[in-house]
Amino acid sequence: MTAFLEVKNLTIGFKAPEPTIDAVSFSLEKGETLAIVGESGSGKTLSCRAILGILPKTAQIRSGQILTNQQGKQVDILTLGERDFRAIRGDCISMIFQEPMRSLSPLHKVGHQVAEVLELHRNCSKQQIKQDVLATFKRVGFPDPERAYAAYPFEMSGGMLQRAMIAMAMIAKPDLLIADEPTTALDVTTQAQILGLIKDLQAETGMAVILVTHDLGVVANMADRVVVMNKGRVMERGCANLVLSTPVHPYTQKLFAAAPVIPETAEFVAPPPHDDLILDMQNISKTFQARSASPMQSATLIKAVCDVNLKLARGKTLAVVGESGSGKSTCARIALGAELPDVGGRVTFCAGTGETPIEVHSLNRADRAAFQKQAQMVFQDPFSSLSPRMQIIDTLTEPLDIHGLDTKAERRNRACEVLELVGLDGSMLRRYPHAFSGGQRQRLSIARALTLDPKLLVCDEPTSALDVSVQDQILDLLEEIRDARGLSYLFISHDLAVVSRIADEVAVMRQGRVVEQAPPCTLFANPKHPYTRALIAAQPEPDINRPIDLNIVALGAGASSTWTEEFRFDGNDIPPLTELEPGHMVRCHG
Amino acid sequence: MIILRYAFYRLITMFLTLLLVSALIFFIINLPPGNYLTNQIMELQATGQDAGVAKAEFLQHEYALDRPLVEQYLIWIGAWPGPYGFSGMLQGDFGWSFEFDQPVIDIVGQALWLTVLVNLAAVLFVYLVALPLGVLAAARSQTWVDYTSSFIGYLGLATPNFLLALILFYYGQKYLHLPIGGLMAPELEGEPMSLAKMNSILLHLIIPTFVIGTSGAAAMMQRLRANMLDELNKPYVETARAKGLSPTKMLMKYPLRMALNPFVADIGNLLPSMISGSVLVSVVLGLQTIGPALLTALKSQDQFLAGFILLFVALLTLIGTMISDVLLMLLDPRIRYGERK
Repeated sequence: MTAFLEVKNLTIGFKAPEPTIDAVSFSLEKGETLAIVGESGSGKTLSCRAILGILPKTAQIRSGQILTNQQGKQVDILTLGERDFRAIRGDCISMIFQEPMRSLSPLHKVGHQVAEVLELHRNCSKQQIKQDVLATFKRVGFPDPERAYAAYPFEMSGGMLQRAMIAMAMIAKPDLLIADEPTTALDVTTQAQILGLIKDLQAETGMAVILVTHDLGVVANMADRVVVMNKGRVMERGCANLVLSTPVHPYTQKLFAAAPVIPETAEFVAPPPHDDLILDMQNISKTFQARSASPMQSATLIKAVCDVNLKLARGKTLAVVGESGSGKSTCARIALGAELPDVGGRVTFCAGTGETPIEVHSLNRADRAAFQKQAQMVFQDPFSSLSPRMQIIDTLTEPLDIHGLDTKAERRNRACEVLELVGLDGSMLRRYPHAFSGGQRQRLSIARALTLDPKLLVCDEPTSALDVSVQDQILDLLEEIRDARGLSYLFISHDLAVVSRIADEVAVMRQGRVVEQAPPCTLFANPKHPYTRALIAAQPEPDINRPIDLNIVALGAGASSTWTEEFRFDGNDIPPLTELEPGHMVRCHG
Repeated sequence: MIILRYAFYRLITMFLTLLLVSALIFFIINLPPGNYLTNQIMELQATGQDAGVAKAEFLQHEYALDRPLVEQYLIWIGAWPGPYGFSGMLQGDFGWSFEFDQPVIDIVGQALWLTVLVNLAAVLFVYLVALPLGVLAAARSQTWVDYTSSFIGYLGLATPNFLLALILFYYGQKYLHLPIGGLMAPELEGEPMSLAKMNSILLHLIIPTFVIGTSGAAAMMQRLRANMLDELNKPYVETARAKGLSPTKMLMKYPLRMALNPFVADIGNLLPSMISGSVLVSVVLGLQTIGPALLTALKSQDQFLAGFILLFVALLTLIGTMISDVLLMLLDPRIRYGERK
């Protein structure tokens, strides 16, 4: 019995003599899911592009075979000519990519882009193709396939686009589906639904799936077999339940140790007392005007944030959790004074215990400069938030320069100091950002925020662009600095597992409103709101015995009008935020 | 429907812009002290020819040049009664050229259409050359195809137009028997349009088109190449490859469509830069476009002639930008529906 797909000793290199992927082998059967796990740069993506023959131009396959079963015969697809290979691509083997937003052409209708696969590989009439596309759209969960067919990608949400990508990959009924981090760019609840969909489709068609991911939780939910890769080599390979229950290789064990998990039980911790607040946001709303299509129509108003009250106690961490579009980042911007809240909202900041609080949005020039020194921000994407044309020393001393602090030598010392504080070496000052890895860059980003010795750090998804093991280190670092320097964090995230370890209090946001707020232990042990429950249920756990319960996800992640009556948003009838137990507030009726 | 509404809206803004531009033109022309007639009067007085002075003064009254500037402007565009009632741009009366002692329309009438013709031919040339070369250079980047086309492109950019014109005239005449100078055979000038005349114009157009278009084409090619290279790295290109599309078809259908946007947006900029760039070329090549007339008019403060020509160029620019805006809307759904949420 030969396997459906067998990759043997695949070695791929770029210009350098040492290969990027070194003697990688794995195999899988029809109907199976193989998960390739690894951090960025491990070569997992490159290996599966080789199977599809879409390697970058500069990559060379140095040796190895990729054997597939094509109509009962074993074929080494690496020996195929370009034309024969093209016939397989999209038809027998298809692929979904990481960023659905960018993986579809913005200028072509979604339906046409999906239909193109059939136009290329099948000889059927236009009507037949359209019917097939509509049927597939229905299958992948579009409520109105006709509308999806005629829509352009920018008119859809990320989750919907990923469904369209899946439709595109599935429409020719391939034998093998390669999913390259298909859910990394999506919210947790959407991720759960997309993973469920892939699983269902696989059960229906019996195709094989290769799932590339860095998330062990996703692996546990999906995979039959696992390949763990690091630096272009296979570290561990085997059945999913074996690898996940008793990882043997130290690298796999390291990955497990770093994977963030929502604690199942936790001892009760009282919510931080709200008597010494560093930041107090009262009745914050923010309405944006969307420009209308023509000057003749009136502008539409979008409520990004609605009646939010957040209190951050000194030395503590308040986490704001929600999906994209929930208004959490707008809250952060308002907290920093970068955005004005609607009339009636008030943000006060109190630099030290006993000092008079200042109003962030009605400061004069000098006071604003003083406030900006004390409240700094750490950004999400360490790759684009550091100027590639500035040496690290310039990036780090720029805030001091702007505020006219210190002499040149003192600035340099200060830069050295913060660099060491974030675990980097003072000798790196003269380097440019490209010389650093993602994790190191995020350290730099934190160092920059720290140069002015702030009291408050606003962290906007500081770890979501990082690998798991790096994420773990950055969270450690943030905790360490907070405790050493008495900082307070406003921590924005979409990831409950990350939040569970760092936060003292968590506010869950949906549609611009806080729906539940509690200390993490209470929130995770006793979640009340259906949306919080959905978030918790959707978090993939690296434990094969605890699969995602899609029913709970579906109950809470849908539109707010579908929640059970207690919690339902019914037009303008929004339930009030009610305190159920001390420090635990839920948006529900009575 | 959206397109029609947008086109209508753009048309209105276009006319408002034109109005603004006309005011700017008029006042800038009148910035230097005096006008054609006062200059003449001073010259006549200096040489003691008083008879001429009376005539010039009469003309000055005739064309309302003795009134306040704002009034002059309004009379010029036809929104204020002049000495003979409403008679300005809006009524189709383009004024009198003092320098040539003829109505403006008689001087530039034919030249207008020839200008449009020459520049349209050049724009067409730019697009026809830049599109395939730019795409080819991007698709085969860092190969000899890329290097050769870039080299030719830079050569085109770096060579002064008039020099290129002279070289082309010499060799075009020597080997291809292409005509030198003018836009038609001299004996056909002033004749009504005929097959022979059209033929002659086309033949005469070859070299001017090439000369005026080369640098534009080279610049456009480089821009398209850079845009294409950017687009080729986008994930949607990978998606298209993963579908099993052939490289050529993939290139045409996806990245090219995206790279076309700046290409189309350039139409508006291309027209004015070509018209002003072609003034010198027109003088060198002896083309009967409005270029030489504009040069003379500006030198002698012949305000109605200069004003009319500048306004015409502005109109062409506005039409160009309008066409590119509407085309962009047709091409790019993000612009069409971008603000529909």
